[in-house]
Amino acid sequence: MLTVALILFPLAISLMLAFGRNEKAIRQFAFAASVTEFVFAAAALVIYRVSCPCDLLFETGWILPLGVSLKFGMDGISLLLVLLTTFLVPVIILDSFSRNYRRPGIFYALILFTEMALVGVFTAFDGLVFYIFWELALIPAYFICALWGGDDRIRITFKFFIYTFTGSLFMLVALIWLWFRTPLPHSFDYQWLIAARLTPAEQAWVFAAFFLAFAIKIPVFPFHTWQPGTYAVAPPAGSMMLAGIMLKMGLFGMIRWIIPVTPDAMQQYAPYAIALALTGLVYASVIAIRQDDLKRLIAYSSIAHVGLITAGIFTLNRYALEGAVIQMVSHGINITGLFMVAGFIEQRAGTRRISELGGLAHRAPRLAVVFMIVLLASIALPLTNGFVGEFLLLLGIFEYSPAFAAIGGLTVILSAVYMLWMYQRTMFGDTNPVTEQVQDLSPAGLAVYIPLILMIFWIGIIPGIFLETAGHDIMQLLTLIR
Amino acid sequence: MSALSTIPISYYLIFCSLLFCIGVVGVLIKRNALVILMSVELMINSINLLLAAFSVYMNDPAGQIFVFFIMVVAAAEVAVGLAIVVLIYRTTHSIDINVLNKLKW
Amino acid sequence: MLVIIILILLFPLAGFVVLGVGFRKISPRITAFIGPGTILVSFLLSVVVLISFYHFAILPSCHLFEWITIGPLRIPFEFLLDPLSCLMLLVVTGVGFVIHLYSVGYMKGDPGFNRFFAYMNLFIFSMLMLVLGGNYLVMFIGWEGVGLCSYLLIGFWYKNREYSNAAKKAFIMNRIGDLGFLLGMFLLFTTFGSLSFDRVFAGAQHLQPGDPAVVAITLLLFVGAVGKSAQIPLHTWLPDAMAGPTPVSALIHAATMVTAGVYMVARSNALYMLSPVSMAVVGLTGLVTALFAASVAIFQYDIKKVLAWSTISQLGYMFAGLGAGAFTGAMFHLTTHAFFKALLFLGAGSVIHALGGQQDIRNMGGLRNKLPKTWWTFLAGTLAIAGIPPLSGFFSKDEILHHLWEQSPALWILAVAGAMMTAFYMFRLLYLVFFRDFRGTEQQRNHLHESPRIMTIPLIILALLATVGGILNIPEIFCGRSNLGKFLAPVFPNIQHPGSSIQDPAASIPHPASHITEWALISATLAACLLMIFLAWRRYVQKGRGILPDGAAQPFAARLLSQRYFVDEFYETVIVRPLLSLSRMLHDGVEVRFIDRFVEGVGRAVTGAGNAVRYIQAGNVGFYMFMMIAGIILALVLNIFV
Repeated sequence: MLTVALILFPLAISLMLAFGRNEKAIRQFAFAASVTEFVFAAAALVIYRVSCPCDLLFETGWILPLGVSLKFGMDGISLLLVLLTTFLVPVIILDSFSRNYRRPGIFYALILFTEMALVGVFTAFDGLVFYIFWELALIPAYFICALWGGDDRIRITFKFFIYTFTGSLFMLVALIWLWFRTPLPHSFDYQWLIAARLTPAEQAWVFAAFFLAFAIKIPVFPFHTWQPGTYAVAPPAGSMMLAGIMLKMGLFGMIRWIIPVTPDAMQQYAPYAIALALTGLVYASVIAIRQDDLKRLIAYSSIAHVGLITAGIFTLNRYALEGAVIQMVSHGINITGLFMVAGFIEQRAGTRRISELGGLAHRAPRLAVVFMIVLLASIALPLTNGFVGEFLLLLGIFEYSPAFAAIGGLTVILSAVYMLWMYQRTMFGDTNPVTEQVQDLSPAGLAVYIPLILMIFWIGIIPGIFLETAGHDIMQLLTLIR
Repeated sequence: MSALSTIPISYYLIFCSLLFCIGVVGVLIKRNALVILMSVELMINSINLLLAAFSVYMNDPAGQIFVFFIMVVAAAEVAVGLAIVVLIYRTTHSIDINVLNKLKW
Repeated sequence: MLVIIILILLFPLAGFVVLGVGFRKISPRITAFIGPGTILVSFLLSVVVLISFYHFAILPSCHLFEWITIGPLRIPFEFLLDPLSCLMLLVVTGVGFVIHLYSVGYMKGDPGFNRFFAYMNLFIFSMLMLVLGGNYLVMFIGWEGVGLCSYLLIGFWYKNREYSNAAKKAFIMNRIGDLGFLLGMFLLFTTFGSLSFDRVFAGAQHLQPGDPAVVAITLLLFVGAVGKSAQIPLHTWLPDAMAGPTPVSALIHAATMVTAGVYMVARSNALYMLSPVSMAVVGLTGLVTALFAASVAIFQYDIKKVLAWSTISQLGYMFAGLGAGAFTGAMFHLTTHAFFKALLFLGAGSVIHALGGQQDIRNMGGLRNKLPKTWWTFLAGTLAIAGIPPLSGFFSKDEILHHLWEQSPALWILAVAGAMMTAFYMFRLLYLVFFRDFRGTEQQRNHLHESPRIMTIPLIILALLATVGGILNIPEIFCGRSNLGKFLAPVFPNIQHPGSSIQDPAASIPHPASHITEWALISATLAACLLMIFLAWRRYVQKGRGILPDGAAQPFAARLLSQRYFVDEFYETVIVRPLLSLSRMLHDGVEVRFIDRFVEGVGRAVTGAGNAVRYIQAGNVGFYMFMMIAGIILALVLNIFV
């Protein structure tokens, strides 16, 4: 029941907000609702740890002739991602208060609608329901970017939408094909889809279709070209939602759907997938060095990080998978922090061109500190969340192939290069006329970062609870495919 | 009844096909919208005739009942079609389909 | 014991947090207490630890809590307190405290006073984490932590672009080494199933010398050490790091951080002893670096740069010692080096302070009389580093030289050549700064003053340590008892201990030299160094040479050395520039023109097709009807015949 509440609650709030009138009330209501949602998720965590996951399962028939049922549930991995979602949305909403978006009713309605769709994706245990929520998440994201975004947003958002949608269509075809192969009577139920009997050739095609859809979403090189433009043009809340949570849908899909459904094809094509992901890592990191647009640089850094996570998932190594889950959560938090800072700079200095910035540390020391902390977490300094994930991922990849780990390890060097250089060019040095005007973070503005910083250090120093929550399911998954 | 059944069905078939083809040719060639509508009516009526003939030939009243349905629908369709033509004439003062080609790219 | 460890770590960390959060509100007077105060507490606690060592046995690993646990992977937050870490504790907190004290005077009036001490405390905390770590990952926390702090402190005066670049360079070069360290750790885990020191070293007992996994592990870990301790080829960050305030150079680059690499190799001696190949690599890298850096130091004109290259060179000696099996010797030299190098840096800071910021030794001279305390302490440091008995540097350097002779006389000759160069360039520095006539401006001459007490007292303390520090480990031939060697003996179980008669077949010294040979070697070295000191006197004091303005013509050899063998330029051309152009090229060439073109091409193809096809919608009703009828006929025909 709780699981369904997690989905229906934001939907209801979203509808209410869409028709709201009083701007102030809308903002507060949206924030309160998102915090409540987080409380629900935390309650689900408690239930999960105290009793068994079956308590979180909800099932009811929907389109019976096709075997589609509304089946929602949470295991450790979904729970962590749902927690990430419900944790980040209040932070994003809180941050958006300072930005004064026009038509706040629609805006917050869209954000909560996205949250609902995301939770739906992470908790769906029925193939068609998964697909429906997958597509649903795309729609509000499109509107958020198109209505509140920066220059040239229509064309770029359109490209993002069509590109992602095309990938998902392949996934739909694969799902339908799988349905035909499930034991009679056909069903889209998760357990049935896993039990579908596929010939090796069929497995390869189904794998390819799923992989394409997820690879576009994540994104994995070379399907990434929609991403830098979209992240740069989206409003801060939009890029935080997209980079912080939505791309995790793709990674989650790989773990939840590709691994159990097409394990043989996955193992067979793993070297290619890992090579592709690591190529993207190096490629994106190198490009990030010369980027002049702050948000594009962060976007490329995101491609690099998720490339490492993807590579880790494909090793099918226990440590790498745990690292992948932790890194998903860490990356969500860190990238949200980075985009928050970038949004602040863009708003106060009026530009996000790094060549036009400089000396901000002098004018805005609080911002400089916060920025440095998030940056260090992003480049995986030990005792931050980024390090735990990266260490486990590289360890797992190393066990699979030391050569791949050496290439993956280049992110250690390259991320330091582009991040520190970016920080230096924006924060150090002398101020110029553009940056002279910038005021520092107010205490309230600083307070928005506190939850993120807390999580950075919590996951970095005491990751035990997170590792445990995911660990059981990862072991189950691995034993399932052996 | 017997007088009708002495005419072989093939005669009806050929006759109605001819009528139908005249109607089709009229639809394709004529430029006047009203004449095209009339040709469409011609096609419909040829089918009506054929249906009635077959219903007698097969001794099944269903055909003739179906003719009534078709007549009703044809009447409705003609009413709507003629109303559209009248409105078009009012705005553009022409019912030549070569002139009425504004619904394009 | 766990409580003491936590307290030792906690005080500097608390100092960092307090000073960091209140950096705008706390008055400098209070910071002057908090900053050095926390380090003093940690030092006193370290002394307590030392005392307890003489009463109890070695204490086992102290376990704080589980950090990362996934099935067989168990990495707790654990600490190891043994003689080696105890020694490092004392050096780090002791010298660190003295430097903090000095900084109170040096950084007085700087707007970033509080921020400075916050960073310094964080640095001490990271370094303590490094030396107290009970497994490689906890050590790595400190490893990267000190890298971060050196970045923050080198670029402390962040308004200057050059300084920020130097800080960035340091961090990135460190990270290159860190990648090697990480890969080494992964291989460690795959081989031994754990990263804890006790498990790994116990497991190492069961392996054969020359085991390929161990060779790979030790080489990879050494890559990390090369980055952290500025050995060739990852050495270029250290001279540039002189951009930071001088106390920072003293602490990070002389006394503590760069010695992390030495500590790590010493800690992993069980692994390195299993791999003669790695030992050779370590030793040779160290020796080559020592010579390389010493040769460059001869031609440097910036007082801090001379000391920086000197540091690289001395670190090279430490690694040469490690490679030759002189683990105790290397740690001994690490300790004495901490004393005299910190002393030299702080003395240089005193000189710079007196001259109002001047760092070029061509503009100094004759400062003996005006800065007496600085002069005497600096002299002590110079004598120590040159290896003149009875100062500490003589004993520590000699131990390393002895081990090198045992490995191969050729190595000894090279090392002595380096020692000669060391004596030469250090005394060159001394003569040019403190002797002859003053070459600065009138204004500077009138303002020459000795530094305040808070700066000279640390100098005196360090000078005393540099002078008498040798008693830590006086070898047998001087009737000493090799106290340090005995103290560290449990940490280096496979090494033959000086002064003992245990002949271990796996010992690193195949044929210990006789006393006569030892005396001969020592005398030869000493004579050579004294000769160099005299030659330097002749050239720089008597003949008054050695001052060349920038841009003056130099013979090629001199130019090669003064431009640091053009290594920086080499890296710039071969690595940095190509990387930047690659970045631009990948973006403009591949991303925009190739991949994106493909994607947008699909879109354009669809729109183009649509554009072409839309002309079918000619609006011609007659045409529509014709096509409709044709289609129906086609369908009928197909139905009948197919």
